[in-house]
Amino acid sequence: MSGILSKMMTALRGGATEVGEAIVDANAIRIYRQELVDARDHLAKAKESLTEVMAEEMRCAREVQRLEKQVAEHEGYAVAALNKGDEALATEVAERIASLEQELEAQRQARTTFATQATSLKAQVQQIERTIHAHERELSIVQTTDSVQKATRSIGNHFGSGNSRLYSARESLDRIKDRQQKEQDRMQAAKELEAAGPEAQLEEKLRQAGITKSQSGANEVLARLRKKQG
Amino acid sequence: MKSLHQLVERLSALDSERCGGLIFDYQPMPGEVEVVQVTVQDREELPIYLTMADTQLLCICYLWGESEVDPERRTALYAAMLDMNIPMPLSSFARIDDRFAIFGALSRDSSVEDVALELATLSDNAVDALEAFADYLH
Repeated sequence: MSGILSKMMTALRGGATEVGEAIVDANAIRIYRQELVDARDHLAKAKESLTEVMAEEMRCAREVQRLEKQVAEHEGYAVAALNKGDEALATEVAERIASLEQELEAQRQARTTFATQATSLKAQVQQIERTIHAHERELSIVQTTDSVQKATRSIGNHFGSGNSRLYSARESLDRIKDRQQKEQDRMQAAKELEAAGPEAQLEEKLRQAGITKSQSGANEVLARLRKKQG
Repeated sequence: MKSLHQLVERLSALDSERCGGLIFDYQPMPGEVEVVQVTVQDREELPIYLTMADTQLLCICYLWGESEVDPERRTALYAAMLDMNIPMPLSSFARIDDRFAIFGALSRDSSVEDVALELATLSDNAVDALEAFADYLH
């Protein structure tokens, strides 16, 4: 566990939130990046070693097979020599078998050693892969925090500069609802007009174009009253 | 998605159906990191801010400030926000400095359609959240 979240929480609670003060300094990001580069380098080397060791193991396995076959062959020869009563030849072949068996034992041991090394290197590769994943996650947390801070600063400056204003939640909600209501009313009116048929629609069009007058407005009433007085 | 600029270009080309019937306007903002302000028509009070972080694309919408929270209902508000975090589609609640926010995080490899869906859902969630949490605010 890297404990990166605990570190970030401590930093955030620590009040490093004053304008211009970064929770994540550029140096920290550089260190995390370098750790990641080192770990990837380490991984490449471990994989290379693993490939070499596995190749050696395979070579030994082939050698063991070859020697086993030779030993079997020579055992056949020795038996044939004994059957022929040629003790001297049988002894010579037996000496050859002894030498082959020594070599065989050496190759078997080497194969076991390489196999053990390969197992250990595989575990090492997995360990480095986990480390890289952890570093990538840490770097992501640190960089995201950094980006959000910087973005927040830009947004803050934007509102501070008077280009826009920040509304309170209630204001925003009221304004949005009001707009939604108006839109609904407009749609309702259009629907009613549609339902009222073509005659009403024409009347409405004429009224909107100012050709016909709607019900007399206050101004017309006043004008009429003045005329009556005068 | 290589850059915000490229993303915005492709978002602008989408028809409004892809944006949940909403109309978005994109405006880049000056600053240390690239931030694009997304204004939603008829919801201008709740702009969304797009920014590219290391591995993710963040869409952030500010909801209300610390000072707007009714102090007596603060704990209840926190609990309600946590309760709603999972049911709320695609978005989560957050706090940035002294402002509460709602946000969505996407992989930088997301398609432009995914980003559009994120923005539309986030905007709907934001309006809904203001209504749902109004009781906890002054």
